Amino acid sequence: MPDTQALVNDFLNKLKKRKIEGSQATARQTAELLRSVISQQRMPYTNQAGALIDAVKAVGEQLIAANPVELAVGNIVRRVLHIIREEDLSLTTAAIGGLNLSAVSDDENDDDRDGDSTLSAAAVAAAARSTLRPPSLQTLLEDTPVSAAVPQTSSSGGDSEGKSKSADKSSRSRKLKHDVIEAVNELIQDIVTCHEQIAEQAVEHIHQNEVILTLGSSRTVLEFLFAAKEKKRSFRVFVAEGAPRYQGHLLAKELVARGLQTTLITDSAVFAMISRVNMVIVGAHAVMANGGVIAPVGMNLVALAAQKHAVPFVVLAGSHKLCPLYPHNPEVLLNELRSPSELLDFGEFSDCMDFGSGSGSPLLHVVNPAFDYVPPKLVSLFITDTGGHNPSYMYRLIADYYSADDLVVQRRATAGN
Amino acid sequence: MGAQKKRAAAATAAARVSEDPDDLARQPLQAILLADSFTTKFRPITLERPKVLLPLVNVPMINYTLAWLEAAGVAEVFVFCCAHSKQVIDYLENSEWFSQPNFTVKTIESHNIISAGDALRLIYEQNVIHGDFVLISGDTVSNMLLTQALQEHKERKKKDNNAVMTMIIKKSKPSPITHQSRLGTDELFMAIDPNTKQLLYYEDKADHSKGTICLDKMLLAENPSISLHNDKQDCYIDICSPEVLSLFTDNFDYQHLRRHFVKGLLLDDIMGYKIFTHEIHSSYAARIDNYRSYDIVSKDIIQRWTYPYVPDVKFCGNRATKLERRGMYRASEIEQSRSAQVGSFTVIGCGTKIGSNSKISDSVIGEGCTIGSNVLIEGSYLWDNVIIEDGCELRHVIVCDGVIMKAGAVLKPGVVLSFKVVIGERFVVPAYSKVSLLQQPTVHDSDEELEYADNSSGTVEFSSIQGTADQSNGEMTSESSEAHKPKLGTGGVGYIWSICEGGQEEEWRHSVAPIPEDKLAELSEAMDDDQELVTQDRTALSTSGELISDSNASEGDDNEDSKDDSVYFEKEVEATFLRAVEENVKVDHVILEVNSLRLSYNMTSADCAGAVFYSMMKLAVKTPHSSASELQQNTANIITTWQKLLKSYLLEIDEEIEIILKFEEMCLESAKEFSPLFARILHILYDKDILQEDAILRWADEKEGADESDKVFVRQSEKFVQWLREASEEED
Repeated sequence: MPDTQALVNDFLNKLKKRKIEGSQATARQTAELLRSVISQQRMPYTNQAGALIDAVKAVGEQLIAANPVELAVGNIVRRVLHIIREEDLSLTTAAIGGLNLSAVSDDENDDDRDGDSTLSAAAVAAAARSTLRPPSLQTLLEDTPVSAAVPQTSSSGGDSEGKSKSADKSSRSRKLKHDVIEAVNELIQDIVTCHEQIAEQAVEHIHQNEVILTLGSSRTVLEFLFAAKEKKRSFRVFVAEGAPRYQGHLLAKELVARGLQTTLITDSAVFAMISRVNMVIVGAHAVMANGGVIAPVGMNLVALAAQKHAVPFVVLAGSHKLCPLYPHNPEVLLNELRSPSELLDFGEFSDCMDFGSGSGSPLLHVVNPAFDYVPPKLVSLFITDTGGHNPSYMYRLIADYYSADDLVVQRRATAGN
Repeated sequence: MGAQKKRAAAATAAARVSEDPDDLARQPLQAILLADSFTTKFRPITLERPKVLLPLVNVPMINYTLAWLEAAGVAEVFVFCCAHSKQVIDYLENSEWFSQPNFTVKTIESHNIISAGDALRLIYEQNVIHGDFVLISGDTVSNMLLTQALQEHKERKKKDNNAVMTMIIKKSKPSPITHQSRLGTDELFMAIDPNTKQLLYYEDKADHSKGTICLDKMLLAENPSISLHNDKQDCYIDICSPEVLSLFTDNFDYQHLRRHFVKGLLLDDIMGYKIFTHEIHSSYAARIDNYRSYDIVSKDIIQRWTYPYVPDVKFCGNRATKLERRGMYRASEIEQSRSAQVGSFTVIGCGTKIGSNSKISDSVIGEGCTIGSNVLIEGSYLWDNVIIEDGCELRHVIVCDGVIMKAGAVLKPGVVLSFKVVIGERFVVPAYSKVSLLQQPTVHDSDEELEYADNSSGTVEFSSIQGTADQSNGEMTSESSEAHKPKLGTGGVGYIWSICEGGQEEEWRHSVAPIPEDKLAELSEAMDDDQELVTQDRTALSTSGELISDSNASEGDDNEDSKDDSVYFEKEVEATFLRAVEENVKVDHVILEVNSLRLSYNMTSADCAGAVFYSMMKLAVKTPHSSASELQQNTANIITTWQKLLKSYLLEIDEEIEIILKFEEMCLESAKEFSPLFARILHILYDKDILQEDAILRWADEKEGADESDKVFVRQSEKFVQWLREASEEED
């Protein structure tokens, strides 16, 4: 435990001092930290899932408070909580199922899962009701990697449970922990590979001789464009520089290094150029439950320009960026004001900030917000690692990943304290 | 272009990093944090709490410094505590700083240290600094990245072993109206070599009224290009090589980091140590030196220049604060009446209550304060647990912990209320006054040596003049403080500290209050009158200059500054000489010291000869004697003992003539006792081979055409000269 505490403190420190840049890195490190928290957690005999959830919540609350602007932290905490609930549920279901099915052969597997569920339909239905997650439309309709992962683990859990159904509780508790850690590992894997997953879909969206516009710099966008280039698509990219941090300059450099025809424009030239653009592809900081997007400052301007000229506005976001919260929730901190020094040189303007004269309050105020909010009606399509989705579908996707109990992780935890 | 430059710099920095990554890894970076500023600018507050623990936007100052050091990659910090060391150590022990991974904080405690120089000497003795270190005081706020400055420092160190220090500077324009830098400090002049970034000249006590600064002409001769700045702000962050500590130990008279150490190194040509500068552009750094900079740095923090060290980021265990529109920071659990108006750029701490119809703007309110109704707070700093009753008015003031203001009390701009003061009902505290529960100490208290920083300035006699001025002030204040006893209205508790007469001038400059209109007008007028002032100054100086006539007198009025200098120079030489006599210093060492003085004042060897001779004669006069012959004997003895010293400056005949002229002058003015002995001493000098006959003859020839009054001594030594003439003719 002291070991995890040190890890948690270290990570908290980094978050507080804004030392981790980018939601992907934050998400990955959060998941890794929570994994070690779970693995160090001592399991009681009863209500193991509850113990795990409490432990994760306790850490999660601190992490979220450390940097409330980085929504990815909260997302991952909620994802892990959801995973624990899922695993617990599947174990219980399997146990009930196993008791009912004691006559049935032990070696259940993927193939006869359906048969199993018909046999113990009542038990499964009861279990399903007890969960907060209704069966997802996606799980029912298609077999995407993520949705497949859940039943697979559950079935494998049921499998081994079936084998050792006479085993005592301690082995079951180890089982739960093991399963949860396995699932978190998969989550980490998902986060790490989300760029590739998204980039795989590039050819479906970018066509020959198109002009793509993007703003600022996003690793996802870079990989996406490059994947299309790999597949021999030839297209041109307009990069808006993304003042005041000018990360667009870096993106342009990278794109040119990878052999893409690139044009760099100022943010204010976006409206002038948008009529020549076939598609806008941008990254996001976070995607809210209503399909709204928190993105680097200037994005709303691009989205409005795109709407005016009926250009598709496509947002790329890994599933760790999906946030189950709504932007009108006052608990959610949507923006961060950064240092004015990114806008202007302190030395040049220090004489304008001479508080000693006049009324004592400065006449010059500098505001430097980091993010914009793009309302869902301006977004044409989200491309996540599970495929393309409409903004109006976001809430559904979110219901897949999060359990409704965890939405207010911090408030519950403070109340608990 | 700026971006290009930055990129190029970044690229080179990256290249350097790749060149010697082990170099950085090998030596964990250390830092010395001085948790004492060794000044008294924050009195009376600092009588009860050390400056580094004073809250700056509701967070003790030292946290900003430590948070920055940690973020900048410093591995080990030595916190040097002196005044109120117990409080500092207790605070650090209870804070999270001792439990940080990869960041150790160690405290060094000492009570008898009175200056930064002493502190560094003590640290040197402890032998804990092993490599380059960051020297910073605990009242500095910054968010700069150290990597580049550190790389530059190491690079230079590799090439030139004498580059011992890199000073961080930041551009900060002085405002055209106030003609004063933002932080209320004196205007700072620096001369920097634009190519190498070497610091060549540093003057932070430039005389405003004079309107001129003096540069050594050698600076221009030796450097191909030089840029002179008055728009740079010294951030008081230094990257030092370990040599710096030993330099402090070697030069026991280095006290103040800038005034003694930096200037000392710049003037010292013998060791050739160099100081370089590193200018930061986008990042922030400033030191809180006085109440005005406290005000201004607070406002910079609220305006987020110090990001990420801003109230809504929990960088060091500060309470959660939310940033709302128009720069309003609010912590949790605030009770605010519906009719209260909280304006922009205000910070309100946790658990504070605000009554109805109160107006607050541009202010910082601490935790647990209670503010009644109809209160007006403008541009003020309220610390924790302050109680303000109904109808009070506070404009541009600092109010410390636990102060109680009874209903209707008014604080005028610039007031400072120290801990737990109670202001009575409807009492009006006059502007710029400081109120404390403790009585004002008389200026020349035993532990008042801390005052040195305000008193001593470079030269010996200058400080003595100031010292006497202070003394008289001190007497006055002690009298007046007795007269003024607690008069803070009914129920008021505390003493109003009276403002020193001399300090009044500076009071508005250093207070939290904005500069009053009339002062602004005065200053802008002063700007226009600058030219006039300069001329006035010159006449004033030349009258004072005549009192001490010297070798340069013939050169006329256009050389006032050098004349000024030469007076100081003579005094310095004399002091050096007398010390040498007392302590039996070897002649060679004295020569070295006088040489260094000569270089620092840019004097010729003739000046040296004159000065040395003058001090020798002074000594002779001072040695007790009953008759003229005894005096002559004394003089002869001294000349014999120190002839080597004198001779080392007598390279040519001109210098010898200089000595005779000097002597003549002495006999006329300062040491009349010599006048009857003039010819005899001249003879002694001739005997000891100090003066050659040529010199004496030439002097006699020069005097031939002079006024009668000037010829007194030529007459006196007529016989001697006559004899010399004959002797030389005989030789011929």
